[in-house]
Amino acid sequence: MDLEQFTCGRRSKWLTESGPDGEIVLSSRVRLARNLRDLPFPFLANDSQTEEVLRQVGDVCRKHPESFAAFSFMPLKEIPAPLRQVLVEERLISPLLIREARNSALLLHTADDISIMVNEEDHLRLQCLLPGLQLEKALQEAGKYDDLLEQELDFAFHEEWGYLTACPTNVGTGLRASVMVHLPGLVLTGQLGRVLSAVTQVGLTVRGLHGEGSEMGGNLVQISNQVTLGQSEEEIVRNLHVVTRQILEQEMQARRLLLNEGEDFIADRVNRALGLLRHARLLSAGEAFQHLSDVKLGVDLGLLDSVPPQVQKELMVIQSPACLQLAAGKELTELECNRERSRIIRQHLQ
Amino acid sequence: MLCQECQKRPANVHLTQIINQEKKTRHLCEQCAREKSGFTFQAQKPFSIHSLLPGLLETEAIPAGTAETACKVQCEQCGLTYAQFVKIGRFGCGSCYNTFNSRLCSLFRRVHGASLHAGKVPARAGILFKIKRGIGEQRRQLQIHVNREEFEQAAVVRDRIRRLEQELAGGGQDSGP
Repeated sequence: MDLEQFTCGRRSKWLTESGPDGEIVLSSRVRLARNLRDLPFPFLANDSQTEEVLRQVGDVCRKHPESFAAFSFMPLKEIPAPLRQVLVEERLISPLLIREARNSALLLHTADDISIMVNEEDHLRLQCLLPGLQLEKALQEAGKYDDLLEQELDFAFHEEWGYLTACPTNVGTGLRASVMVHLPGLVLTGQLGRVLSAVTQVGLTVRGLHGEGSEMGGNLVQISNQVTLGQSEEEIVRNLHVVTRQILEQEMQARRLLLNEGEDFIADRVNRALGLLRHARLLSAGEAFQHLSDVKLGVDLGLLDSVPPQVQKELMVIQSPACLQLAAGKELTELECNRERSRIIRQHLQ
Repeated sequence: MLCQECQKRPANVHLTQIINQEKKTRHLCEQCAREKSGFTFQAQKPFSIHSLLPGLLETEAIPAGTAETACKVQCEQCGLTYAQFVKIGRFGCGSCYNTFNSRLCSLFRRVHGASLHAGKVPARAGILFKIKRGIGEQRRQLQIHVNREEFEQAAVVRDRIRRLEQELAGGGQDSGP
């Protein structure tokens, strides 16, 4: 894929399509961390060693053209900065890959949301993103490419400790499975804290939208496994799946409560949000995020029927400063961003 | 402004709740807000397990007088010392795991609640592990036969070990009948 193809509207499937339980679970992600046996991990490696990693990965692609035909191999330094940021917004790469852009690269599937980051914190980070609650399928997909790479590459592996990773928190399976859930019902009924503190007691972590350290915006929460050693990949994924189903139940109950006890209040809230988004001329990212969350809730509750169901997910990304600047083809001031954001949102919601 | 609840600490959390369509804003300190609302706060700086690692590693039980020597232990392949590992919470390469071996099991138990991998084994490397394990078992068997002076059986086991060793040398490919 070249740059032009990208700007001409490659939009990740997880954003444009819905999956099982897609009303509440926006996406499922599985990431596998792998390292090459005889090379230092990226943060200690010198240029020739990181280049060696790139070379070895490139060789695998050339050796298995049929399996990697759908992938584009892009050195990060060749991807312009705004586009890199868009990739982060679409969750196809991590912010860390950008910080390590000197010798990092991205292998990206042209149609599906499968990406292989090279020279991030680990030599390889394979990732599969799917819409809705589909963790097992995501694990299968990521595993398929892991098997392919392993046919040619010697991964750092220890009999007792499994796959060896730069950070001790990833050792073992190297697996991080996560779901992004939209929980406005729990937020509005004041129950989110209670539910999330229960989640952290069963070996899971709760984070904001873009992973570690990011803010919780638009009632979106990311839940992932913390433990990577001592459990099989299937157990980890199954555990997260079961907990996500329970959170989903709680959110549904909260939404029923909102409808039963305060339909006027909630109908007013979601319609106000829609009205505001349809008519505002300047919108900050935070404001847009919150109102988009309300609009999505209205759509899910059947209170707003004029808005397409996927609009929130798409707009979440399209309205980000990086996407706005990429679309505009230039750097935008905050005021220009807010103006452009409101214009794009109006366009989508008319 | 002081916290409306404890009247002691500064109110740095402004909590707005809408209950039964009634909007209430309360000005609380972080501690009271956490206790009263059950809401989990996002810390200002990302504070995760990575931030805790140096602490977890420093508390490792190192016998008195050997701490300095322990910190100087250095990975032969990448040069990372144990002291550096503790500071940055990252391994430098796969060999670091063997170099710092003696202190890792308890770290893994703290972080993961386990210290034994139970997941996927890479297909190629997995074959080699099985062969290595097989050689170990056969060697033990060989010793038993030798001790019992069962030389015919010992010879059979010895041939088996040789075959396994050849397989291992050939990267897991069966090298002959």
